[in-house]
Amino acid sequence: MIAELGHFSLIPALGLSVCLTVLPATGVYLRQANLMRLTGSLSAGLFVFVLFSIACLGNAFLTDDFSVAYVARNSNSALPVQYKISAIWGAHEGSFLLWSLVMAGWTLAVSQFSNGLTLDMRARVLSVMGALSVGFILFILLTSNPFDRILPVYPAEGSDLNPVLQDFGLIVHPPMLYMGYVGFAVPFAFAIATLTSGKLDSAWARWSRPWTNLAWSFLTVGITLGSWWAYYELGWGGWWFWDAVENASFMPWLVGTALVHSLAATEKRGVFKSWTVLLAIFAFSFSLLGAFLVRSGVLTSVHAFAVDPERGLFILAFLTLVIGGSLTLYAIKATGIKSDAGFEWTGRETLLLVNNILLIVAAGAVLLGTIYPLIYEALTDGKKISVGPPYFNTVFVPVVMLLFLVMAVAPASRWRSTPVEKFFKEQLLPGGGSFAVVAILVFFLAARFEPVVVLVVGVAAWIVVNLIRDLIGKVRHKSNKIVALFRQPVSYYGMLLGHLGIAISITGVCLTVYFSEEKDVRMAPGDVVELSGYEVKFKGVKKVRGPNYLADRGEIEITRARQPVVILFPEKRFYQAAQNMMTEADIDPGLFRDLYVALGDPIDDTAWAVRVQYKPFVRWVWFGGLFIGLGGIVTLIDRRYRAVRMRTSAAVETVGAMP
Amino acid sequence: MTVNKSLLIPLAVFVMLVTVLAFGFRLDDPHYLPSELIAKPFPEFKLRDLHDPDRILTVDDIKGSVSLVNVWATWCPNCVLEHPELMRISREEDLPLYGVNYNDESPKAIGWLERYENPFQFNIVDNKGILAIDLGVYGAPETFVVDKHGVIQYRHVGPVSREIWNHEILPVIELLRNQAGEG
Repeated sequence: MIAELGHFSLIPALGLSVCLTVLPATGVYLRQANLMRLTGSLSAGLFVFVLFSIACLGNAFLTDDFSVAYVARNSNSALPVQYKISAIWGAHEGSFLLWSLVMAGWTLAVSQFSNGLTLDMRARVLSVMGALSVGFILFILLTSNPFDRILPVYPAEGSDLNPVLQDFGLIVHPPMLYMGYVGFAVPFAFAIATLTSGKLDSAWARWSRPWTNLAWSFLTVGITLGSWWAYYELGWGGWWFWDAVENASFMPWLVGTALVHSLAATEKRGVFKSWTVLLAIFAFSFSLLGAFLVRSGVLTSVHAFAVDPERGLFILAFLTLVIGGSLTLYAIKATGIKSDAGFEWTGRETLLLVNNILLIVAAGAVLLGTIYPLIYEALTDGKKISVGPPYFNTVFVPVVMLLFLVMAVAPASRWRSTPVEKFFKEQLLPGGGSFAVVAILVFFLAARFEPVVVLVVGVAAWIVVNLIRDLIGKVRHKSNKIVALFRQPVSYYGMLLGHLGIAISITGVCLTVYFSEEKDVRMAPGDVVELSGYEVKFKGVKKVRGPNYLADRGEIEITRARQPVVILFPEKRFYQAAQNMMTEADIDPGLFRDLYVALGDPIDDTAWAVRVQYKPFVRWVWFGGLFIGLGGIVTLIDRRYRAVRMRTSAAVETVGAMP
Repeated sequence: MTVNKSLLIPLAVFVMLVTVLAFGFRLDDPHYLPSELIAKPFPEFKLRDLHDPDRILTVDDIKGSVSLVNVWATWCPNCVLEHPELMRISREEDLPLYGVNYNDESPKAIGWLERYENPFQFNIVDNKGILAIDLGVYGAPETFVVDKHGVIQYRHVGPVSREIWNHEILPVIELLRNQAGEG
């Protein structure tokens, strides 16, 4: 009964989202303020009904109601309770319900925290967001109902959540990711609202900037968590696979990064207005495209959602309508937009433009690689091909290396125009010095000298050096330097954190790629294998019982120069309900290195195949990601936005009065 | 109103993209692919044997008699589901079964076969999914009926059950045997 309530509550939710689409827009058209004012209550109603619906699904999981097909497929009475909750978004139907909840949540947030907006603008923005909700909720009702029952004969026991997903990572990774994906609907809605209103000034950049930064931060953290989860849960120590689904999250991130930067330029300097609008459309388009690729089954992937041609068709139609419509609107309305300020080729604006172009090229390269199998199939009449990491590494790495170079020197540039000669003279020491110091460090500390490592980590060091120089430059001439540090806008520190995060991440990626060591060995109890200066001793395997699995647990003692380091317990789990084997690696994490041990299969009575890995600096990959996300969130508490909001509400009256 | 032509570029790119997606979507319609592959020779491959990594298997190894080629993996729950029927076929039916271990890790796969028993004459290691792509596999399990000349005659997507064997696979095999008898 409760499951049916969950299903039915999606119907008023659909009705409310239709009202949210139509009524405020009608209000704008007829200049009826009372219709425009409906946005707040309609958004709240929409959110409540979707929240109630997902709560009903949660209730079905918690009460083990296996007559609900979705619960029967993805849960089991022995499943620990936190996984019963996270199983709500463990497969296609439920995860899309979460997606819709997140959409309703962003809509509610925009309706509540947009006091600086004109009534007209708020109505337009929320009407666009309402229209998106209509699409998402219809999709659930028509093709992906998580409340379908198996009646009259339903299973007594569920077939359990995929063991790979029974993990803390899955509890937090999808919600974060969806907050990011769907969050890009906000700048998208602002862009569309601005285009329809025809008032393309830089006010819209100021309005959408905090929302964009927040969504982008969520996406950053979501991707970081996904990578971390893959590393410790999938059991082979990789952290990025260029898998179609990973790419589906990475493409919006790349475009979103471009958007974050271009919005800054639009707001501060009044440049790139038309381009920024286009990027806002792109960022959300890539989110939708990702959803299509993942859920339609056109691409096979380790994440494989259940394939259903009907779903694919729906998303494709929705995609065509939303993106095609907005790009058409853009083509018509963006004609004749002019920048407020000019700039020379040496200005910081140029570097930001290069940043944008490189990010879009990178996203385009990832897109091409992801859908190339489809193109190839279409052109060759059905032949199939797969595109692997070599393509992505070959194309992607040079582009981002250029990007990092631009990033390193950007803080030293000036808006409008930079004195070129002075610029190069000043950069000689930071640039040359970074490469020289890194070269010396690699030469003395690393297992072997790798020129590529010097290049990549050198650029990372250069980025950091220039950030520090920039910060010092801001306070150097102030009498009280500490006070001056506090006087800097918070969003400036957000930028520093974000860029620092990138430097940390690329250092981690580069060092772990070049200096990881891995051994696959047969080990009997008492055997010792040497790895990167550590002695790894296999002490045998015991049987243990978990809540919903049986496991072989290995004991592995690691020492360094006879001094104990750690004892690790990798497991090989057998989940009875799903009849699934899982490798549960055990890791000794460290700031400068991880020791990673995974159990393979038994070879004879006592001997096992064991995989041991030494992964230097691998944590830095995710630390960097967290710094980047934190940097984005920090910008939100900038006083400037709060102050600006108040000023805009005063200014809107004059803007609104203009023809 | 005049429209700046360059502003139409994003729209044009998008139209191209949607065309590709729609086309790819049509291609991957589960009802479309099987007919595409039927009566085509089994794709060429050169891959290792799961239990004897020094042995390189090619398409010639599956020629000679009517056979079943089953694409499976340890990460695939439906493969466990269909496994008893494959065991029955290997015991009761006069027909060689060959496995294609798809996107898997070999030590895991060997362990899986030990745990559940091995119905296959040999297993082709397709850990990069190359052969699976040539076969147009969308997911494990999939089962192909291959005649003695190495031509694919039938394809079943999803687990093989007794029902499927009796009504879909066996008739194809009998037809092939009769043809062979006549020829």
